[in-house]
Amino acid sequence: MALLSACGKDQSALDAAGVDAEAIRNIFMVTLVGACILWVLVNGAFYTLTRLRTDPLDDRFVRPLLIGGGIVVPSVLLIGLLAWALSILPDQRAPGDGLQVRVTGEQWWWRVEYWPDGAEEPIVTANEIRLPAGQRTEFVLDADRVIHSFWIPSLGGKMDMFPGRETRVSLHPERPGRYRGQCAEFCGVSHAWMAFAAVVMPEEEFDAWLEREAGDAVAPESAEAMRGEELFRSEGCGACHAVRGTEAVGQVGPDLTHVGSRETLGAGRLGATLEDFERWIAHTGELKPEVLMPTYDHLGEAEIADMATYLKGLK
Amino acid sequence: MTDYRQDRSALPKPSGTYPPTEEMLAEPVPDEVQAAQAERLRAAWATPKGFRYWTAVNNSEVGKWYCLTALFFMLLAGVMALLIRAQLAVPESELISADRFNQLFTMHGSAMMFLFAVPMFEAISILLLPGMLGARDMPFPRLSAFGYWCFLIGGVFVIGSIFFDAAPRAGWFMYPPLATEDEGPGSDIWLLGLSFIEVASIAAAVELIVGTLKCRPPGMRVNIMPLYAWYVMVVGGMILFAFPPLIAGDFLFELERSFDWPFFDPERGGDPMLWQHLFWIFGHPEVYIVFLPSIAIAAMIIPTVARRPIVGYSWIVLSAVGTGFLSFGLWVHHMFTTGLPTISLGFFSAASEAVVIPTGVQIFAFLATLMVGRVKMTLPMLWIAGALAIFTMGGLTGVMLALAPFDFQAHDTYFVVAHLHYTLFGGMVFPVIAGVYYFFPFIQKKQLSERLGRWAFWLIFCGFNLTFLPMHLTGLWGMPRRIYTYPTGLGWDGLNLISTVGAFIIAAGFAVFVWDLVRPKHRQPQIKRNPWEAGTLEWTHDVPEEAWGIRSIPHVTSRYPLWDQPEMQARIDTGRYYLPDAAEGRRETLVTSVIDAEPIQVQRVTGPAWITQAAAAFTGGAFIFPTFHWYPPAIVCAVLAVCCIIYWLWTSTARVPEAPSKDAGLGLTLPTYASGHASVGWWAMWITMLGDATAFASLVFGFFFYWTSQDDFPPEGAMHAEPWLVGLAALGLAAAWALTVGARELNRRWMVGAARACLAVAPLAAAGGAAALMVSVLELEPETHVYPAVLWALAIWVTVHAGAGVIMQLYCLAGSVFGKLTPRYDADIWNVSLYWHFQVLAALVTCAVMGLAPGVL
Repeated sequence: MALLSACGKDQSALDAAGVDAEAIRNIFMVTLVGACILWVLVNGAFYTLTRLRTDPLDDRFVRPLLIGGGIVVPSVLLIGLLAWALSILPDQRAPGDGLQVRVTGEQWWWRVEYWPDGAEEPIVTANEIRLPAGQRTEFVLDADRVIHSFWIPSLGGKMDMFPGRETRVSLHPERPGRYRGQCAEFCGVSHAWMAFAAVVMPEEEFDAWLEREAGDAVAPESAEAMRGEELFRSEGCGACHAVRGTEAVGQVGPDLTHVGSRETLGAGRLGATLEDFERWIAHTGELKPEVLMPTYDHLGEAEIADMATYLKGLK
Repeated sequence: MTDYRQDRSALPKPSGTYPPTEEMLAEPVPDEVQAAQAERLRAAWATPKGFRYWTAVNNSEVGKWYCLTALFFMLLAGVMALLIRAQLAVPESELISADRFNQLFTMHGSAMMFLFAVPMFEAISILLLPGMLGARDMPFPRLSAFGYWCFLIGGVFVIGSIFFDAAPRAGWFMYPPLATEDEGPGSDIWLLGLSFIEVASIAAAVELIVGTLKCRPPGMRVNIMPLYAWYVMVVGGMILFAFPPLIAGDFLFELERSFDWPFFDPERGGDPMLWQHLFWIFGHPEVYIVFLPSIAIAAMIIPTVARRPIVGYSWIVLSAVGTGFLSFGLWVHHMFTTGLPTISLGFFSAASEAVVIPTGVQIFAFLATLMVGRVKMTLPMLWIAGALAIFTMGGLTGVMLALAPFDFQAHDTYFVVAHLHYTLFGGMVFPVIAGVYYFFPFIQKKQLSERLGRWAFWLIFCGFNLTFLPMHLTGLWGMPRRIYTYPTGLGWDGLNLISTVGAFIIAAGFAVFVWDLVRPKHRQPQIKRNPWEAGTLEWTHDVPEEAWGIRSIPHVTSRYPLWDQPEMQARIDTGRYYLPDAAEGRRETLVTSVIDAEPIQVQRVTGPAWITQAAAAFTGGAFIFPTFHWYPPAIVCAVLAVCCIIYWLWTSTARVPEAPSKDAGLGLTLPTYASGHASVGWWAMWITMLGDATAFASLVFGFFFYWTSQDDFPPEGAMHAEPWLVGLAALGLAAAWALTVGARELNRRWMVGAARACLAVAPLAAAGGAAALMVSVLELEPETHVYPAVLWALAIWVTVHAGAGVIMQLYCLAGSVFGKLTPRYDADIWNVSLYWHFQVLAALVTCAVMGLAPGVL
C-alpha cells in the first residue's frame, strides 16, 4: 500500500490530500483487495480443474456452482459495494462553504475567477488554483470552444467542462501543499500541456494571498524591468493579455497581473524561474504546439531577458 | 410442363416423409449414383479459377479474405500502438509530433474497433457458421461478398489516410466541438469512411441472423443449435440496434461539417452532449459485440476439451441474451464526469454492475463443464486459460470503474486504458487466437505448430501483462490518456518505459503467431478429419477440401451430433441425407422453419459475380468523394451503385424457378420458391428495417433531446414547417404505402392489371408526398439554429427513404411486366410492402413531429 500511495507525487489520486480524494482512495483500496481475492479464486479453480485434477466430478455440483458463483456471490458483493460507493456520491457533489471559483477551459490554458462569498465582481487570474485548507470550495466550470476536464487528482475526482453549459464540482482539501492538476479530456494538439499548479494553503495565508491577488500589478522598478514593460507594450502583448493597473487589458490570453507569483508558466508547461520566462517567450510554439501565442524569437536575447524580468517581477 | 402464367394453383407445400425414418437413412446409396451426384455438386460449387477467383462469393472464400483483411488492419493498428508506445517511452520525447501522435491514437482505436474487432466477428462467423449449421453457404452469398468488398475499400481508405498525414485526429469518439471544428478532411474520413463500413457490418449482421434463423439443418431446433449460433444471433441483433444510432449521429455530424447545420454547436441551440449519447448508445453495446463472439468461441472449444456436452446450455443462452439487453442500458458510464444528475449516476452505476451477473454465469458454466468433464489440455485451451486470467482482471477493474465515484478519478486516465485492454485482450484477442488454433484444421486442413503456438502465447501473455499491468498505477498516479508526452518528475517515467518494453514483446509474439499462420505448409500432411474429436457439425468437413460445404445436409437430433449420431458422418458422405445432388447445376441450400427447423424450401443461392464488386466500388465512391466535397462524382457513383444493385437483384434473386418444387432427397419434395415470411429475403428485409427504424428513432430522439435540454428549442419567433404541406406529405406517403400493399393483394388475387396500376400510381404519390415535405421546410434556414436544422434532417431522411421506396415500386412494376413477378412468384412485392410498412410509420412520425410540434412546444 505504501508503494502504491507514492507520497511526493504531485498528481497522484492515491496521495490523497483532501476529503474527496481520500474517500475514493478508500473505495479503491477495498475493491483492490476484493479483486485480488476473487481473481485468485476464479483462476485457481480453473487451474485446478484443467491441470491438477484427473477425475470428473459429479453433475450434481454443477447447479450450486452456477447459482453460487454466477449469481449469489456477485449479487451480494455488488449490492454491498454499490450501497457503500453510491452513499458517498452526494458528498462529492456537495455545495461549497462560500468561496466559489469559476474556471473556464481554453485551448490550452485555464481562465480562473475567484468569487468570495458575496463578492460583486471576481478576482481574475489564470493557470493556477489556490484553495484554503479545511473548507469546501465550489467550482463552476465551463469551456470556451471545446470540451476539457478539470482535475486535481490529489484533491478529488474530475469534472468535464463544456462550451455553453455549466458544470459544477466541489473539493474539500485538508493538507496544505503543492499539487498538480491537468486537463483530462482530449482537447486538441497541445492537450498534453494543459496543466496547472494547485496550491492548498492554510486559511489565513489564503486570505492574504487572495487580497494580494485582487490588487493591481506592481510597477517595475529595475531598469531591465522597465525596458521589459516598454517592450511588452510595443510588441502589443496587451492586446491579448491583461495586466491590471496598466493599459494592457486584452482578454484573449491569460491574465498576467500577478504572473510572477505563480508556480508555473504556460499552464503548467514550465516552472517559473527567470530562465523559464525567457524560454517561454522565445520558444512558445515549440513548447506548446499550435498555441495561439506567437513565438517572440525575433527579439534579441537581451530584449527577451528584459521582458522576462518585467514579467517575473509581476508578483 | 404447365405455363406458370396460366397456372392458378398456389405455391406447392412441402410434401413427403418428414422426419426421415431409420430405414430410409439406413438404405445405402449406390456407388455410381454417389459419384455422379458428387460430380454435379462439384461442378455447381466450383470456385472460379485464375483471375476470376476474385468473383467467388462462397462463404469459405469470402470468409477467408475477410479474416485476413481484418487481421491485416489489426497488424497495422498494432504498429500504430508501437509508435505510440515508442513516443511515450521517455518524458518530453520528440520522436513523434503532437499532431501525428493524435492521428495515431485516433486511428489505433478506430481501426481496432471498426476495422478489426467487429469485422473479425463477422468474418469468422461467415467462415464458420454454415459449417456449424450443416448449410452449404450463407443465404445471401453475394451480400457477404458485397459486404467484404465494401469493408476492404472503406478500410483501406480510412486507414490509408494516416500515410498522407490526413487521418482523423480528434479521438476515436470524435467528440464535438473538437471534431466538428477540426480543419482538413480527417473528421470527414472518419465519418464517411466508417459509416460506409458500418453499412457493410449491418449487411453482414442481417446475413448472419437470417442464416441462423433459416438455414439450420432439418431437426436442429433452436434449443439444440450450437451455442456459437446463439451468440451470432445475439450479437447480430446488437449490431442491428447499436450501429444505427451511430449512423444517425454520423449523418447529423456530417451535415454540420459539410453545411454548417449546428447540431452540436451550443451557440446556435445545438448540444455536444447529443453526440456523446448517440456515440455511447452505440459504443457500449459495441464492447459486448466484440466480447460475446469470443465467448462463443470458448463455448465451442470447452466442451471438446472437456470431452462432454456443455453444462448449463440454457443458462448460457439466457445470459448471452441478458448481456445483450443490459448492454444497451449502460452507456452513461462513459459519461460519469459530464455533470449528469446524481440519480442518473446511481442508476447507471448499478446497471453497469448488474452485467457482472450474466458474465459470471457464462464463466461459471464453462468452469462447471470442465469440472464434470475429463479435461485434455490442448493448445487452444492454453489460449483460453490466458483469456480467462486476463479477462477476469479486466472484469474486476470494470467493477471498480462502474462505481461512479471511483470513475471520477480513473476516467480518462491510463487506468481505463489498462482496463479496456484487459477486457479486449482477454475477451477478444486471446479467445480469437484460441479459435484460430482450434479451427485452423477446419479452414485449411492443416495444423498450426504446437511449438510456435506456445512461444506466441507466452510472448503475448507476458508482454501484455508487462505493458498493461503497470498502466493501472500510471493512471492512478494521475497520467491522463491521449497526451502525446509528459513532463518528468511525476513518477510516470519508469512505468511508461516498462509499458513500452512490454508492447514490443507483444509485437514479437504476434510476429511468431502470424508467421505460423502464413508459413508455407505444402509439405505438411493434411489433418485427419476431426482432429480434436469434437461433437459439432463443422467437423464433418471434407478433407481434402470440397467447395460444396457439406456433401448432404443431415437430419440432426442432438446438440453434439458427431458424438450422439455415430452413423451420421458416413451418411453425409454418401449423400444419404438432403440435397445430395445438384441436378439442375444450381447452387442450393435448405431453408427450414425458424423454431423447429422443419425443411420448407430449397433455396437457390447466388454464385460468382463481378457485379458485387462493382456495386461495392460505386457505393464506396458515393461515400468517399463527399469527404473531399466532390459532390458531382459522388452523385454519379451513387446512381451507378443503385444501377448495379438493381441489376444484381434482378438477375439473381427471387427468379421464377423452372419448376415449382423439387425432390430434396429422403422422399421429401420441397418448393423452390418462397415469398412472404417463408422466404429468407423477407426476413432480411425485416431485420434490415429494424436497423433502419432504429436510426430513424435516434433522429427523433435527437429532436426530443433538444426539446428537453435546451431552453430555446424552438427559439422564439422561429418559423415552423408549413402545416398544410406536412399534412399533404403524410397523405401522399400514406397513399404510396396503401397502394403498394394494395398492389400486393390484387396481384396475388390474379388482378394483375389493377396491381400494375397501383404500382404505377404509388411512385407518384410517394414523390408528391416527399416533395410536399421538402417544400414545407424550404423556407427554414438550417444554418441559423438547430431547430430548423433538425426539421431539415428529418425531411431529408424521409425523402431519401421515399426515393428508395419509389425505386422498389418501379422494380416490382417492371417485374410484373417482364414476368419476374407473377401472382404466384411474388416475393419481391412482399418485401417491398414490408419496406413500406416501416417507411409509412417513419413518415407519419416525422409529419407528426414537424406538424404538431409548433403547437405543443
